[in-house]
Amino acid sequence: MKLKKFLIFTFVIINFVVFNNHSYSMEPDVFVQSTVNRASEALNNKYSIEEKIEKLKVIASETVDIDGISRYTLGSYKNKITDSQMIEYKVLFRQYFLKTFASRLAEYSNPEIKVISKKKLNEKYAMVSSILVSTEQRPEVKIDWRISTKNPDNPLIINLVIEGLSLARTQKEEFSSIIQNNDGDINALFSTLKEFNK
Amino acid sequence: MKKIIVTSLISLMLATNVSAGTDGENNLSKKNSGEVKDCFESVNRATFKFNQVLDGVIFEPVAKAYRVLPSPVRVGASNALDNLSTLVTIPNNILQGELKKASVNTGRFIVNTTVGIVGIFDVAEKIGFVEYEKEDYGQTLGVMGVGAGCYIVLPVLGPSTVRGTVGSFANILGGDAWYNITVANDTQHFSEFDYYVSRVSSGINFRAKNIDSFENLEKNSIDFYASVRSLYLQDRQKKITNSNSITETQDDSDWEEIETQ
Repeated sequence: MKLKKFLIFTFVIINFVVFNNHSYSMEPDVFVQSTVNRASEALNNKYSIEEKIEKLKVIASETVDIDGISRYTLGSYKNKITDSQMIEYKVLFRQYFLKTFASRLAEYSNPEIKVISKKKLNEKYAMVSSILVSTEQRPEVKIDWRISTKNPDNPLIINLVIEGLSLARTQKEEFSSIIQNNDGDINALFSTLKEFNK
Repeated sequence: MKKIIVTSLISLMLATNVSAGTDGENNLSKKNSGEVKDCFESVNRATFKFNQVLDGVIFEPVAKAYRVLPSPVRVGASNALDNLSTLVTIPNNILQGELKKASVNTGRFIVNTTVGIVGIFDVAEKIGFVEYEKEDYGQTLGVMGVGAGCYIVLPVLGPSTVRGTVGSFANILGGDAWYNITVANDTQHFSEFDYYVSRVSSGINFRAKNIDSFENLEKNSIDFYASVRSLYLQDRQKKITNSNSITETQDDSDWEEIETQ
């Protein structure tokens, strides 16, 4: 009888653990499709441009690793700045990112994105491939999503690679150009970001 | 005219060699975008601004007007221009040792020029030819291991590298059959006018396809010049490696940088 109780108890515990793991972890391709669907809904023409932008900002805040991208885009300069400068930079970058992200997407109406495949790169990252379906005005566009899977329960977008061109790398080189053209002064980047964020 | 071309070619080749021999730390090569140095950044930025003005006055309005044309007309024009470009792609396939691709592209050109009525209809794609990939002499030099040299912005033509510019001279030195029968040789069927119309149309076609992307990029860039430079150089690298695999075209290792903070 004791053994029976023990087995039932063990069975319940195992099921609980397994059930929890399956219910919360999300496959990268499912996560991308779900995010795309949320964005498509936000871009529905029933909303005004301002409403679209606000909805997109919420989606980006929840699904993009903005702090991770901010560190990446600073490149080697992230090791040369003080902690307080890093804090200031992260705040500025977050504002800049959300503004440009929303602005870039808000002009689209009901974009149709189809997730094609996924590839696990290592324990930390996966790449999800998709296509932006062609319209009368533009051809089909290949979009690859780098997903951070460090926390499998909460995957986050960390880069978009459009037709083989990395947006994060472009951003990193843009920031680097501003800093280099100001004799390595990181404050020049801060000023430019502040100006843009106004 | 030929003397000017040859002199320019030699100058550019010397520039490539100079760049190839530097360690990236001298005064000329102080700017780096990826692996390609922006040695003449101030001149490039000035040329870039000039091109932007020119684009705003001529190319963008023409491209916008072109976009109003019915879709079948634009697709047909784009197909015909792609078909002409295979005349440069085929010799480059051969130079890169891609003989299978050269034969496929030769077949594509024959089918599209005849059945596809001078390339207006991409019949080859319909009957199952693999997706067309353009090649040029700049890419071939890259495949052969020639360094990109410095990044340069050409008036009207836009972003390039020294290697890309040297490569494009090959087109007018006999490497482009379309140029040979229109400009270089006096044939009764084609004239110089046909060549230049095709070149300008190609530019407008490209601009029209990218109007929204360019506008968006310009609006959201804090240094538009640097963004265009980065995207151009990434695109060239991707074309030289002939890879559609993101993990091959984009270095994964630099993402590990963010783990250290």
